[in-house]
Amino acid sequence: MAIGVTNAPERSKSSGSIINDPQVRGIFYQAITIIILAALIYWIVDNTVDNLRRANIASGYDFVRSRAGFDVGQSLISFTSDSTYGRALLVGFINTLLVAITGIITATIIGFLVGIGRLSHNWIIAKLSLAYVEVFRNIPPLLVIFFWYSGVLSILPQARDALALPFDIFLSNRGVAFPRPIAEEGAEYTLIAFVIAIAASVFFARYARQRQLATGERLPVLWTVLGLIVGLPLVTFLVTGAPITFDIPVAGKFNLTGGSVVGPEFMSLFLALSFYTAAFIAEIVRAGIRGVSKGQTEAAHALGIRPALTTRLVVVPQAMRIIIPPLTSQYLNLTKNSSLAVAIGYADLVAVGGTILNQTGQSIEIVSIWLIVYLSLSLATSLFMNWYNARMALVER
Amino acid sequence: MSTNQASYVRAAMIEASPAPSLESGVASWLRKNLFATPKDTVLTIISLLILAWLVPPAIQWLFIDAAWSGGGRGVCATLSQGGSQPEGWSGACWAFVNAKFAQFLFGRYPLDERWRPALVGILFVLLLVPMLIPRIPYKGLNALLLLGALPILAAILLPGGWFGLTYVETPLWGGLMVTLVLSFVGIAVSLPLGILLALGRRSNMPVIKMLCTVFIEVIRGVPLITVLFMASVMLPLFLPQGVTFDKFLRALIGVSLFASAYMAEVVRGGLQAIPKGQYEGADSLGLSFWQKMGFIVLPQALKLVIPGIVNTFIGLFKDTSLVSIIGMFDLLGIVRLNFSDTNWASAVTPLTGLIFAGFVFWLFCFGMSRYSGFMERLLDRSQR
Repeated sequence: MAIGVTNAPERSKSSGSIINDPQVRGIFYQAITIIILAALIYWIVDNTVDNLRRANIASGYDFVRSRAGFDVGQSLISFTSDSTYGRALLVGFINTLLVAITGIITATIIGFLVGIGRLSHNWIIAKLSLAYVEVFRNIPPLLVIFFWYSGVLSILPQARDALALPFDIFLSNRGVAFPRPIAEEGAEYTLIAFVIAIAASVFFARYARQRQLATGERLPVLWTVLGLIVGLPLVTFLVTGAPITFDIPVAGKFNLTGGSVVGPEFMSLFLALSFYTAAFIAEIVRAGIRGVSKGQTEAAHALGIRPALTTRLVVVPQAMRIIIPPLTSQYLNLTKNSSLAVAIGYADLVAVGGTILNQTGQSIEIVSIWLIVYLSLSLATSLFMNWYNARMALVER
Repeated sequence: MSTNQASYVRAAMIEASPAPSLESGVASWLRKNLFATPKDTVLTIISLLILAWLVPPAIQWLFIDAAWSGGGRGVCATLSQGGSQPEGWSGACWAFVNAKFAQFLFGRYPLDERWRPALVGILFVLLLVPMLIPRIPYKGLNALLLLGALPILAAILLPGGWFGLTYVETPLWGGLMVTLVLSFVGIAVSLPLGILLALGRRSNMPVIKMLCTVFIEVIRGVPLITVLFMASVMLPLFLPQGVTFDKFLRALIGVSLFASAYMAEVVRGGLQAIPKGQYEGADSLGLSFWQKMGFIVLPQALKLVIPGIVNTFIGLFKDTSLVSIIGMFDLLGIVRLNFSDTNWASAVTPLTGLIFAGFVFWLFCFGMSRYSGFMERLLDRSQR
């Protein structure tokens, strides 16, 4: 056999000049980018160090231990002007979380109602929901905040002739005053009962699920859980002799005394964020429900599943798969939008940070704290989303 | 062939009888859409009650009881507040909006120079309207004028300082003009920058990919207000002593960078939706990277994500209102500034001003979303 075995020709490296080799070019471009970036960073750091020295600002995080010297309007933990900057930032962070969590709850409720309303066969409900979505989606959230703050809440009556609502709740331009529960001796048993009820509910739900898988029998989970969570603490509360009294607000000559007061800043931020985000959640919910194909409902009906159960067991679980990822990003948006608090003086993380920034000039440190806090929040959210997507992803062949 | 006319076959069609009265007309519509089930009936009645409770007072407040003209706060305040309205009066103070209208448009721009922003605004509308109507030809020239010539003209006319025009410093700018300039520049910068960032994030070069990813994720993870604070507080620190940046320019940079990170994610979604065959087809034709992207991939990808792009534009337009927090007077800022005008301060002024500003914002955003729906249908090439 005269024919020699020829190997496949090696990829010739000399097919063109080295300039046309994509790999070489890639490395070249990246090297240029790194050099430019390094030069830019060096230039910025140099300028910053120079500027800080001129302005006599010591860099570093030591300032968090010095005295704040300003007051915070609303705080869940004790804070005076003698507290440290660090504690002020903590107060701001807690306030951010407070308005974010309450806002998320309300926005979800309104959003789901409006989103389902848009799919209603009832013409007037569908049109009202559409009007709600189109109005609130197309107006800046900041404007909605001001609408509540300077448009509505500030023209409420003075505190001395506050509007009296049921349950001793008073509404005035100082905010909402409501009775504050004061725990007396024995109140902790109610709390313990509540925790026990939750634990028992979890166990019962698990047991019911196993039972259903084994025998096909459905236990009344919802009613049992409701009964446990409401009933057990209530019984304990009554047995221990109702150990809670209320500090009821009283309208004085100039101001309301007693009770707890939620300031107009929190109220307007909370209302605005809830109403604004609800419009977006409504659209997500609508898309999610529409995304479940009609064949699913029809198949469920063909199997003889009742309409209420079809919704609960067939439509909602599949709709949630579509709804949850954009919903979490709306929650994150609401949390980020809560930074608009700075415009009306609600002491959230950004507002407190801004005050400290003005007092100390530690702009880099403050901005870095903001970045770290908000980035961790969004990182946590995306971790949750990845976990959820992995759990909920369709298992296909 | 003779026609066999059987007597039992009808020779002429009879007229269709009208649908039963329960199936047509107002009564049927009401029954189907409002009172189909008992639950529906209850919901309808509740909604009607809410509307009856809400709408007439709103119309009364907005139009019937409103003060339409007047030269000062007197027309918008009750007798005890030092005005001319009867006790217990409450209504919109449109006289306030009327008196401040020019300021809401131009801010505190000098009166004699207001023809400059007005001219730019008129040219903008004249160039934008034919751009938006698909049937009108010369789109290329139109785009060149709108995105090339107009910004240059605006950059000369608005600040002035050249060609004998008096210099108007940016702190005097305000109102709708600032909102529109910020949005226009934000849109014009964020779309190309967003496309570049999206391409970078999908690049094969690890360094470029990492830089773009970090930039996008950091900006998207923080609120705009911190980006604006960064632009207004930290940017001066980064620059050498003596080099100052205009505040307006700093806000522009902040808003544009923020929007481009969001734009990048929208564009990336479109890029991912294009089948691999399109990329490979372009490669097999020997197109370069930019040819492949520019002629094959991006036209398809961008068309897919028009709704997302317009949503980002709308978000950007709404977000420009945040510059009022860092001390600039966009539409919302200038409206709020005028609440403290002693000549007009009254209980109803803030609400009226905010409703006016909200309506203007709403008009722009709603218009954009409607136009995007129209474009989506126009460009839909799918065989449905």
